[in-house]
Amino acid sequence: MTDRTLTRALLALYTAFVFLFIFAPIIASFVFSFNSDRFPTIPLGSFTTHWYEKAFGGDAIWPAAQTSLLVSVCTAVLATFIGFSAAYTDYRYDFFGKKAFLVLALLPPTIPLIIFALATLGWLSMFNASGMVISVIIAHTVLCSPFAMAVIRLRLNQMDPNLESAAWNLGASEWVTMKSVIIPFTKPSIIAALCLTAAVSFDEFAVAWFVSGLNKTVPVVILEILTGNVDPQINAIGSAVLVISITLVVIAQLFMMRLQPKKQEAA
Amino acid sequence: MWRLPMLIWQGLFFIGPLAFMIAMSFFLVKNYRMEPAFQMQNWVKTFTRDYFWSAYVFTLWMASLATVVTTLAAFPASFFLAFKVNETVRRWALFFLIIPFFTSYLVRIFAWQVILAQQGVLNALFGLAGLGPYTMLNTQFGTIVGYATLCLPLAIILQTFSLANIDTRLVEAAHNLGCGRFRAIYAVIVPLAKTGLIVAAVFCFILSFGDFVAPYYLGGSKPPTLSIMIIDTSKSGQQWPRAAVVAITMIVTLLTVAFAAIGYAYRKRR
Repeated sequence: MTDRTLTRALLALYTAFVFLFIFAPIIASFVFSFNSDRFPTIPLGSFTTHWYEKAFGGDAIWPAAQTSLLVSVCTAVLATFIGFSAAYTDYRYDFFGKKAFLVLALLPPTIPLIIFALATLGWLSMFNASGMVISVIIAHTVLCSPFAMAVIRLRLNQMDPNLESAAWNLGASEWVTMKSVIIPFTKPSIIAALCLTAAVSFDEFAVAWFVSGLNKTVPVVILEILTGNVDPQINAIGSAVLVISITLVVIAQLFMMRLQPKKQEAA
Repeated sequence: MWRLPMLIWQGLFFIGPLAFMIAMSFFLVKNYRMEPAFQMQNWVKTFTRDYFWSAYVFTLWMASLATVVTTLAAFPASFFLAFKVNETVRRWALFFLIIPFFTSYLVRIFAWQVILAQQGVLNALFGLAGLGPYTMLNTQFGTIVGYATLCLPLAIILQTFSLANIDTRLVEAAHNLGCGRFRAIYAVIVPLAKTGLIVAAVFCFILSFGDFVAPYYLGGSKPPTLSIMIIDTSKSGQQWPRAAVVAITMIVTLLTVAFAAIGYAYRKRR
């Protein structure tokens, strides 16, 4: 028995070490953002908000923040709409070529971003449509809609398939059924999808870097600072971005968790 | 009608760009402007350069190494989360593992730069123990750290799911039949979770193969990988057609690896 507890303890220790590896950079960037040294080491320097003042006092970051906000909001709405319609198609219909439809719907995240970035740059340039804010929105919507689809599809799985037919029997048209049965039922997953896709878009840098031209987003600005010098401003910007992303993800998670008890209710 | 939004959008902005990239690889560049053409020039020029092939082999090697390292590093942790903790702990662990996906990868790589630097945090810690300093930045080790940062959370999540789905009675049966604990792992547990473990590994390979941040900012681009080559030829050289050749070669490689691995994962399963 002691042998067993020892194995368990070793495994627990190892798992803790792996989590430390995963979270070390996240914690470090947060700590360094308040640290006075330009090249942080141990022992740490003194506490400062200098990097935050430098990052957010200048005027490089604010246009980028505006662009990022615009891009992620538009992307979230478009990707969630496309994801919803694709998820509903998969839930409701069976048709020739459905497998191909699903592959197309879920494929984008498996293509390396740098390749998709190059392809999109070439394609949009042909129509003189690269280097604009809308170019980034278009490309991000392609990348994000599979996530929205997955989240909404999971929710549709929990729906009683008879609900829809019941609504039709009671004389509701397809559109009324959609509006007063399906959309209310999937609402939590729609909100979750909006938050998740906004967070993904807000962090994406490779495609944004290639197609944004002069309309840089926040991650593109980070990439450019990173290419320059060691500059702890990145930690300050990164920590602020982290807070925004985590807030979005936690909201999404809360809405996802509200799905669980309802499932038991239905069962 | 509901299938149309996805078909139109992904057709126009996903299939369209990828198809155009194939066409673009036959275009010519004159005076920094791309001209439609059908010439093999870009393919010939790329495939006859030694530095392309050395970059290809290096990228393949690094991505494979990252896949093996990540898979092996993740497995004990996934094993622990799948079999040795209760449902609540597992759920919280998985929740925490999702967080990295929504923190900027760039910021995490920058943090590693500072941690791994010659005068960085890690070397300071080694110094306290009277060791080092070690050169970790701008080495292959640095690149692998970056790839692991990218892949490890996903690998643990996927592995934990596939391990937790195993019917534990089969493992108990093996124990009852006198099977040792380590033998139970490689003779019962790993084969049962094979599909999920391979899918996790394939994702690691895809992510590392295409990533340009880790090899550039932690590996010092010595030597460059294919993804860095795409950036160099397209961003500074305006040679989009040649970058397209590299990109298509990468996609073909990824498809080959992915299909071979998935085929292997589903083989011998009824």
